[in-house]
Amino acid sequence: MNALTLNRRALLKASIIGGAVLSFDARFAFAATPGDKVVVIDAYVRINPDNSFIIGAKNPEIGQGVKTMLPMIIAEELDVDWTQVTAETTIADDKVYGFQIAGGSFTTPMNYMPMRQVGAAARQMFLQAAAAKWGVGIETLTTSAGVVTHGPSKRTATYASLAQGAAKVQAPDLKTVALKDPKSFKIIGKSKHGVDNAAIISGKPLFGIDVVKPGLLYAAIEACPAYGGTLVSFDEEAVKKQPGVIAVMAINSAYDIKGAKDAVVIVAESWWVANRARSVLKPVWSTDAQKQFSTAAFAASAAATMDAAPAGPILQKGDLAKAMDGAAKTVTAKYEYPFLSHATLEPQNCTAEFKDGQIIFWAPTQHPGDGRKVVAEALGIAPEAITIHMTRIGGGFGRRLSNDYMVQVAQIARALPGRPIKMIWTRTDDLRHDFYRAGGWHHFTASIDAKGSLVALKDHFVTVGKGGKPSTGAAMGATEFPAQLVDHVDFGQTVLESNVPTGYLRAPTSNAMAFVFQSFLDEVALAGGLDLPELLRRTLGEGRVITSEGGSPDGSKPEFNTGRARAVIDKVCQMAGWKGRSGGDAGDGVRKGRGFGFFYSHRGYFAEIVDLTVAKNGRVKVDKVWVAGDVGSQIINPINALHQAQGSVIDGIGQALSGQKIEFVEGAANRTNFHDYPLPRIIDTPDDIVVEWVISDNPPTGLGEPALPPVIPAVANAIFAATGKRLRALPVVAKDLAV
Amino acid sequence: MATTLMVNGQTRQVDTDPAKPLLWVLREDLGLLGTKFGCGMSLCGACTVMVDGQAVRSCTAPVSSAAGKQITTIEQIVTTPVGKKISEAWSELDVPQCGYCQAGQIMSATALLNKTPQPSDAQIDQAMTGNICRCATYLRIRAAIKQAAGLKEGASA
Repeated sequence: MNALTLNRRALLKASIIGGAVLSFDARFAFAATPGDKVVVIDAYVRINPDNSFIIGAKNPEIGQGVKTMLPMIIAEELDVDWTQVTAETTIADDKVYGFQIAGGSFTTPMNYMPMRQVGAAARQMFLQAAAAKWGVGIETLTTSAGVVTHGPSKRTATYASLAQGAAKVQAPDLKTVALKDPKSFKIIGKSKHGVDNAAIISGKPLFGIDVVKPGLLYAAIEACPAYGGTLVSFDEEAVKKQPGVIAVMAINSAYDIKGAKDAVVIVAESWWVANRARSVLKPVWSTDAQKQFSTAAFAASAAATMDAAPAGPILQKGDLAKAMDGAAKTVTAKYEYPFLSHATLEPQNCTAEFKDGQIIFWAPTQHPGDGRKVVAEALGIAPEAITIHMTRIGGGFGRRLSNDYMVQVAQIARALPGRPIKMIWTRTDDLRHDFYRAGGWHHFTASIDAKGSLVALKDHFVTVGKGGKPSTGAAMGATEFPAQLVDHVDFGQTVLESNVPTGYLRAPTSNAMAFVFQSFLDEVALAGGLDLPELLRRTLGEGRVITSEGGSPDGSKPEFNTGRARAVIDKVCQMAGWKGRSGGDAGDGVRKGRGFGFFYSHRGYFAEIVDLTVAKNGRVKVDKVWVAGDVGSQIINPINALHQAQGSVIDGIGQALSGQKIEFVEGAANRTNFHDYPLPRIIDTPDDIVVEWVISDNPPTGLGEPALPPVIPAVANAIFAATGKRLRALPVVAKDLAV
Repeated sequence: MATTLMVNGQTRQVDTDPAKPLLWVLREDLGLLGTKFGCGMSLCGACTVMVDGQAVRSCTAPVSSAAGKQITTIEQIVTTPVGKKISEAWSELDVPQCGYCQAGQIMSATALLNKTPQPSDAQIDQAMTGNICRCATYLRIRAAIKQAAGLKEGASA
């Protein structure tokens, strides 16, 4: 059940803007959770005199396709033709639009029904306007392609011609407005190409880095390499002597402003000039307190900790010791994964202008509401004094949920009022000043009965954080699969003290947990003479719904349905012709293997099978991937859904095989560019990634993330099938597989 | 120092440091923002432009190296016969996701077909492997190049 459809009261008002252009200001309010203050959300439809429509997408576009999808949903219920629609990203304003975010795969579950209701309410108003104009009953009217038709008299009127009348109509209640039968959908469920494709293919300026304003100045930034360090000195005079430099300044960011660090900024009329001047900056930082933090030290602490008792519990149920004593077999293994960077291809950047106490942003941010909050806090100004225009974003992956760059450019802009400032980070800045996916370590023990079924599971999880609390995105939940389905469980954790800023990376926590749990369960299955799909089927049991942990900004709780999980597992096995474990020597040192992985995240159920080849030198090439996914009753934009799933799979393959690993030395990240932080390339791409959907009677949910996690263990399990080597650490190192 | 550039069929004068990379001259001095900054070290291909018909990473090419040469950027690649075919295939196959890398991808793909009109699968991967797509649109990049080359999907020369 979608809690979003509850607790909503609605009003829809229409207003005339600029004569013939009608703005449907569909305001609907709902309490995010009962008792919360009411948040007002708008979605907008503007009608041009030629009966074309400008439809707003309220969430940031990061390549996940919401600028296409959100207007599709409105257009469907408005009953206009897609060719009549121009999509635009709205302004960021949570008072008008409510929660605006590209994150958590929230856009679909939080907006599918509300956007349908907005479109339907607007259509209803045109019908009422036509009924009044012609003096006929509303039930005698039909709509199509933005035209109202009265069948009996064969009269027609465009929405544009009805706009004046529609503006005077009492708006319907969004909660009760009639919606289409999905069987009659003409836009939803039909593939629509990205609305910005033509602009992208012809090089139009769309992205944050492309923003140009009159009087624009450029800023380059040198930030303290270690998070929490402070600036001691820099050679101000030397920088000022550089030709073209306009200003150099220290920005003295408080440690508690999210992501801000002590930094020195150089401003010039050219970014290249500003950045070049960094070579004479000679900053001196005080980082003594940070030098203790390094990946080598974390790993040593984890190794020393993992065999001991955890510092605290995550979940304890049943009688683990007794269950393990009575078990037929016990399996134990240690797993680990590294810190990762988001490495969006568009480096962090932001443009802002400060004037008369107000600040305007052109920001590539995934979370403008948070940006407004942290900027208001940093500058000590009212949130209302901040205007945020959302640009198209050259990749998000969770990096731009943190708005450190907004805080930085805000301070530069305030120091140079009246001049728009565009700050751009270099690739090295970007890799060294991220909110990293946290590394982690797991010490598993599992027991199986004589038939191979899982009866007890123990995990000592070692993570990073502060004061015993895991840092952002570095925690493990008590409902981590399959904890809820096993009678005897003991999950405990130890938190290593860390200065590393961490954050959410596409399918956060799941991208790590899928690897460790699904790889370990493959070991458990092997010990019991089973394959992983069969062990999972037994563990899942009969179809039933289990409440999951975590939540949504709307207060709803995701559920885990064991039947939906089984359905995608069965589906992918059928697609790939899975016949149990297979793999081995293919001659001349070449090995081939097949692996399986399942994961549930962001309300999506995904099972994936990988076929791969391990070369004599140990290089792993994924040949083909099969994906079965269940994201509910409706695939809204099928072509984009396919692309999201395929891209997620390649992203996951990259995490496993490309060599991605961030290391910290004396508190500072040490990677510099794509040669030492490699991303998957076309040569690493499988020949094919086949995706099929299991359509289930559940509200549609998001696709930016959940297809990613299972491919990582599927790769690791396939490598085991090919080589007999169980890789328990990421990334995969080719030479370990060489023969 | 004044440099004369031939950009997209027009003669343009820029007064700038000759060491300034062509990328930043295009973006800052000429207002051609379609060519993108990704790495600054010729590692990702986002900045790829055509210089005298060759794909060049403009982030590491000093503007002086392009003086007097014919430069074609994403803004005008569609006016070349191969660039038109590539752009059409990119559109028909809905290649972009976030879109940030796509100018560079299109330039590299155009350079490939200029040189090798009927590339094999291996030649496509080889020619395109310098261009990173963080959204991983690679399956469609392969397919779009084949379509533009008149090769059937799944077949290669």
